[in-house]
Amino acid sequence: MKELLSGNEAVARGAVEAGVKVAVAYPGTPSTEILETIAERHRSVYAQWSPNEKVAFEVGIGASLGGGRALVTMKHVGLNVAADPLMTFAYTGVNAGFVVISADDPEMHSSQNEQDNRIFARFAGIPFFEPADSQESKDMLLAGFEVSERFDTPVMLRMTTRISHTKTIVELGEPVKVSERKFVKDPSKYVMVPANAKVRHQVLSQRLVDLQKFSEETEWNRIESNGSPVGIIAGGVAYQHAKEVAPDFDYFKIGFGYPLPIERIRKFVAAHNIVLVVEELEPFYEEQLKIAGIRVEGKKYFGNLGELNPTRVAQGLYDAGLIKNVVHPGIEAEKLFPRPPVLCPGCPHRGAFMALRKLGVAVTGDIGCYTLGMLKPLNALDTCICMGASIGMAIGIEKVNGSAKGTVAVIGDSTFFHSGITGLLDAVYNQSNVTVMILDNGATAMTGGQEHPGTGHTLMGTPANRTDIETLVKALGVKNCRSVDPYDYEATLKAIEEETKNPGPSVIVTHRPCVLMPKRIMDEPFVVDLELCNACSACFRISCPAIAASPQTNERGHPKAVIDETMCTGCMLCAQICPTEAIVLKSKFVAA
Amino acid sequence: MTDKVHNVMIVGVGGQGVLLASEIISDVAMRSGMDVKKSEVHGMSQRGGVVTSHVRIGKKVYSPLIQEGETDFLMAFEQAEGLRAINWMRKDGIAIISRSSMVPAIVTSSKDFTYPDDAVAEIKKKLAKVIAVDADKIAAELGNPRLVNTILIGVLSNCLPFEANIWIETIKSLVKPKLVDINLKALERGRQIKLEAVKA
Ligand SMILES: Cc1ncc(C[n+]2csc(CCOP(=O)(O)OP(=O)(O)O)c2C)c(N)n1
Repeated sequence: MKELLSGNEAVARGAVEAGVKVAVAYPGTPSTEILETIAERHRSVYAQWSPNEKVAFEVGIGASLGGGRALVTMKHVGLNVAADPLMTFAYTGVNAGFVVISADDPEMHSSQNEQDNRIFARFAGIPFFEPADSQESKDMLLAGFEVSERFDTPVMLRMTTRISHTKTIVELGEPVKVSERKFVKDPSKYVMVPANAKVRHQVLSQRLVDLQKFSEETEWNRIESNGSPVGIIAGGVAYQHAKEVAPDFDYFKIGFGYPLPIERIRKFVAAHNIVLVVEELEPFYEEQLKIAGIRVEGKKYFGNLGELNPTRVAQGLYDAGLIKNVVHPGIEAEKLFPRPPVLCPGCPHRGAFMALRKLGVAVTGDIGCYTLGMLKPLNALDTCICMGASIGMAIGIEKVNGSAKGTVAVIGDSTFFHSGITGLLDAVYNQSNVTVMILDNGATAMTGGQEHPGTGHTLMGTPANRTDIETLVKALGVKNCRSVDPYDYEATLKAIEEETKNPGPSVIVTHRPCVLMPKRIMDEPFVVDLELCNACSACFRISCPAIAASPQTNERGHPKAVIDETMCTGCMLCAQICPTEAIVLKSKFVAA
Repeated sequence: MTDKVHNVMIVGVGGQGVLLASEIISDVAMRSGMDVKKSEVHGMSQRGGVVTSHVRIGKKVYSPLIQEGETDFLMAFEQAEGLRAINWMRKDGIAIISRSSMVPAIVTSSKDFTYPDDAVAEIKKKLAKVIAVDADKIAAELGNPRLVNTILIGVLSNCLPFEANIWIETIKSLVKPKLVDINLKALERGRQIKLEAVKA
């Protein structure tokens, strides 16, 4: 049977075929749909969201030691959070197979950096596979579990946005037979105190030698010969781009990327006049080959920033003198207005940012939909580094600058559970005067509205214990904790003003559900009374997609406002800041 | 069909149904026995940003991405987004543009940016084969503003070498059951719009 599947859907299917017992993750683009697909279509596999990637990874380790195959998925930066267990799990090795998906995001389509996690695999000393389409994503997951069990090692399947989110045709397979395993007590293997870890580090070293041999033999690394004097070494989507523009060259297609099949590549290079490495981001393959004294080039022609595409690969091959023509677009690009993503009409985050902008305090931000509060014309968020960073950074700023104007950290509910709790604990412990705003919209909205510990539901749709944010905040030792309705502009303003003046850490929680998820919220829309509108543009500056310029202008030619009734959710924020009270509920509006 | 790969690009604004449209086109290609790759970046797609999908159809497709300047068919659900994608087109490519326009808040709230007066006219200056469709109006006539994408798919279906019934079967299997009938009507309305008719 054939199906058109994204790389992520193919991995989910692979989980069933590989007999995975536990699939666990924290959402993150471009990895999220793997677990969502398992929960939707492949319910024989137990799947769960954990509060963050470190916990997810540890649940996966436990499942593996307990004797069931474990799949852990995350976006590239998630592996930073999970790095601690990863680095030492490489020493202990597995019981049942363990595969971690690292979904990297070259070009940063939806990320704060574009780190290349192939380097993480080498850093930890674990092998990785690099699929080039959905079929390989599924098949390499199965191969990954075999390698994991055969060599007693965690394995990485390294995907990228263009693999995870590209649909290609997949031939489905049957579930394989997986041998039964049980938890076995073995402290010398699983208790990493120095004496044991020293031994296990030697085991890891020897394992890499064995994996190197495997890499030389496996068909996941293959030569495609066309009798060309030019050779290309490539894996992942870079291989597809190169095949697209230069199908007649010879290829060394890398599917098993670490340890590299150095000796086979040495022979391949020796048999060609010139060999280029085509790889995205870091010169990961290129440097290892050069260190081994193998004559290749790569980054010189293709660069190490952003994602590759056929145009860039063609240009690189052209610059290297290997192809004669590159396609030049016949039509020039048009210079147009930008269309950045914006907070939705009715987004409850908007009220918080309107108030913060008004107060002009220093605002450390975090990662989620609310990061969009940084965009013009809201301009209300000053920093974004990584998930959970807002609170610690606010503490640091406040220690240096004092609390005269107030320092506010803004963090979403899912992010607070992910890694904000320890930051707040620090604020309590070290008596910081920061104010923390927890924007609780009852969802992990940015990545598509996933459940989390505060929503009352699990990934598989069953009811769950719900952690109450205020109870948790108070238990951490925060004395000043209150909630405010972010649709009430004056109240939000007042709450922030007061709490930034209060000594000690304060927490303001806003509770209003996301307007998109889990269900779409639409209340009675507002309309603009054009008789009253004086074109002051105050409502334009709250950046609501439902508010547009009307063709009508005031005497100085400035446009009045008009509200798109199909988009307006009735949140009332614009009505509250309109100085002429021109914005009114549709049913209350009486046309003159 | 020859070895030639057909490059289809679909553009629009988050929430306009770009992803479902590219799904339907890709599925039709697969059902017709072709190799197909479809690539897009989701993530911000629900937040009113630009959404672009690449669909490549042929006997054997390698890269999931179209090369700039190599798009055979452009389908735009918003006219300014059609203009934004113009450099991806082959000069002899066909652009199917809905006359819909969505002016973002950033244009309304700032003097630095303007929305083009007539994006379709700009596109026509650069491309010979443009099919501009009053898709909003047709969708309203059919009774559902969200049918713009299916109407445009109907227009596109005239340009691709796949049988009419495969389009119908695919829509039946990918669209929510209660919306199938109205979507088939939208497809048919689109199929009545042909390049020649528009040019005449
Ligand atoms: C370590 C890490 N994991 C995952 C992500 C992906 N990610 C970005 S924002 C976000 C969640 C945001 O949820 P929340 O804090 O509730 O804010 P909302 O989007 O709902 O406003 C996630 C999972 C990330 N950037 N970094």
